[in-house]
Amino acid sequence: MEFLNAIVLLLNYLFVPALSYGSQLALGAIFVSLIYGILRFAYFTAGDLMSFGTMFTILFTWYFQSLGINLGFLPTALLAIPFGIIITILYVLVKDKLVFSYYRTQKSPPVMLAMVSIGTMFITQAIVRIVIGPFDRRFFDGEKFIIKANEFKEMTGLNEGLAIKSTQVITLFVTIIVVSILFWFLNKTRTGKSMRAYSDNEDLALLSGIDPKKVVMITWIIAAILATIGGALYGLDKSFKPFTYFNNMLPIFAAAIVGGIGNPFGAFLGGYVIAFSEILLTYAYKKFFVYILPESLEPEGLLQLLSTDYKFAVSFSILVIVLLFRPSGIFKGKVL
Amino acid sequence: MRKNLDIISAYTIMLGLIILVGFLQSWNMALSILCFCLISAVMTMGANIQWGYAGLINFGIMGYTALGGLAAVLVSVPPVKEAWQAGGFIMVLCAFLIFFMIFSIRFIIKKYSKSNNRNYAIAVIIILGLILLRLISAPAIESIESVNPATTGFLGGMGLPILFSWIVGAFFAGALAYIIGKIALGLRADYLAIATLLISEIVIAVIKHEDWLSRGVKNVIGLKRPVPYEIDLQTKGWFINLVDKFNQGSLNLIPDTLERQEQLKQLVIESSTVFVKLCFVGLFTSVVIILLIITQKALYSPWGRMMRAIRDNEEAANAMGKNVVKQHLLIFILGSAIVGIAGAMMVTYDGLFTPGSYRPMRYTFLIWVMVIVGGSGNNFGAILGGFAVWFLWVEAAPISLFLINFFTSGLEETNAFRVHLVNSIPYFRYLMMGVGLLLIMRYRPKGILPEKIKQI
Repeated sequence: MEFLNAIVLLLNYLFVPALSYGSQLALGAIFVSLIYGILRFAYFTAGDLMSFGTMFTILFTWYFQSLGINLGFLPTALLAIPFGIIITILYVLVKDKLVFSYYRTQKSPPVMLAMVSIGTMFITQAIVRIVIGPFDRRFFDGEKFIIKANEFKEMTGLNEGLAIKSTQVITLFVTIIVVSILFWFLNKTRTGKSMRAYSDNEDLALLSGIDPKKVVMITWIIAAILATIGGALYGLDKSFKPFTYFNNMLPIFAAAIVGGIGNPFGAFLGGYVIAFSEILLTYAYKKFFVYILPESLEPEGLLQLLSTDYKFAVSFSILVIVLLFRPSGIFKGKVL
Repeated sequence: MRKNLDIISAYTIMLGLIILVGFLQSWNMALSILCFCLISAVMTMGANIQWGYAGLINFGIMGYTALGGLAAVLVSVPPVKEAWQAGGFIMVLCAFLIFFMIFSIRFIIKKYSKSNNRNYAIAVIIILGLILLRLISAPAIESIESVNPATTGFLGGMGLPILFSWIVGAFFAGALAYIIGKIALGLRADYLAIATLLISEIVIAVIKHEDWLSRGVKNVIGLKRPVPYEIDLQTKGWFINLVDKFNQGSLNLIPDTLERQEQLKQLVIESSTVFVKLCFVGLFTSVVIILLIITQKALYSPWGRMMRAIRDNEEAANAMGKNVVKQHLLIFILGSAIVGIAGAMMVTYDGLFTPGSYRPMRYTFLIWVMVIVGGSGNNFGAILGGFAVWFLWVEAAPISLFLINFFTSGLEETNAFRVHLVNSIPYFRYLMMGVGLLLIMRYRPKGILPEKIKQI
């Protein structure tokens, strides 16, 4: 019984939150990785593209709510996401046409493109803040919990409750669906294969008749889809604040690099690596050990490896360690 | 003269704009913009040394700035005796422990060849060391932080004049740059950018949360100034005489003596703030000029030519027997040290140290916009970029208010759209930054004042 309590405790405070946070990071990391692999530059607008997509999702959610449309126990935002995606796709395509395509035809060095993406980052930030403002917004509606802590306690008779928020389950489901479609697309369809070929060896791909314009366009579309979904899920789970999204760029980059930048599958796993290590290292294990150790051995301190203030620092330290020992990432980058 | 025409005209326009602010808004405002322009110019010079001379991307600027600020605190604040008694000795012990860890790791790396066992040994040392550190330091930190937490609660500094901190800040930042350079300089350009950005986040997280060292988010206020205080000035006879002399014309017009006294008092209060700012401007300008002379000399010395050779073709420079790795590390340290000076200057100017306000994500990119807009590889360009971008950043709100009112003048005052736009004025500065950066990168990729290479 004590042992079960300990496990439920870890599930509740470590595993479930880390899993949903990891999924949100993973979605972001995948598209950063894709852009890096195919367009060959570090896309600094990543966080703000997510907030852009989320912003339109929120606007559509409000619109639907004002019309009285809802999805019952599911959040209305799920209905709004497709519309948000469409606008984000248009936005990235226009941006590519106006800004990035010039540097691509000039064959500018990647650093130049990264700088340009800082310029678009500023513009995206301005748009988001001007349209919706910099404030914290919650747009979640519908059933909040799937299992409440109290219900779980009653059901099982344990001391520890397990609360599962519906957003966490939705995050997980959506991530699984999106990611499996994405990998199916990349590995099985003709377009996906041509994208991988383009990422692997640009000249060879061009020689064999792959249309670079199409590859680039598809990449941007995938990026917009993933950014909007990832951003909206994060916003549903926590809340929407442009600055938080901007800051999330860092763990996303960390996940992409840890997983081997240019390798979407690595980025996907990298998201979980970052999320789990952040939460594992900053969790106070006292209660856990109280459950599993006999009373005489009960710990005194909080048994926290690092204070939660260092949450961000943890993921970055992991990144530094990975860069030091395996610069190509855990799962070998650049093999899309 | 002819060949420097662009530099002279660009600087004249810039100064003209600042003077215009002085006439239109207030001299106080104009001078504080000028001060921050000078500080940004120092930062931009630091980044420019790394990017323009050597092609290294350093996104860790905020980390060095924060360290420079920390230096200002550690140098100028008087030591807190009770806190030292409470746990100072143990903290020094911890510092020794960290040194011991570093040296033992270095020893292992030097002594044994690369193997899994070596990596495990290093990992064990780090983990054991961290646990030991936590065990030793936790009670000491607690007792330090409980010493009069409302006003001190930290170890304090050395109680020296704050001007020393400008040099100490440079050393701090240089030391950090040495560590970062050792870790990250081998990485490719964009990896280096991200890695330095993340490391600067770590540095700021440490400064923010180690209260015993820097008071963390509780901020350190009331740092001593290198220039006189307004309150002191207002009672000094020579200063009142000076103000009197300057405003003789307007004061003589007032017939009533009492009223004239009153007017003079008002003028003294106003001009004391301006005087203090002018002192700061003088200090900062001398720093900028000294740095400018040094960097110009360096740029056109054999060393500068070597750096450009390394930047333009690393392999060729390597083949010519230049130690690329060493030079990269050197220039990384030098540039970061300059940024550290700027950090200390900023805290000196503000008179307070607020770790919470260092936001790497925001200001790093701003500094980079300055470098690119100004002209990478050209020191005059870098300074100009610092001036122009900071000026725009501050003055964006009035300019955009003017533009919004101009373009929506057809709409009513209470029109929802117009009100919304006016309310979101602060965010138009991002738009300006972004559009400005994109335009410069598209049509003038080398910046306003591009790099000029003297032919010998």
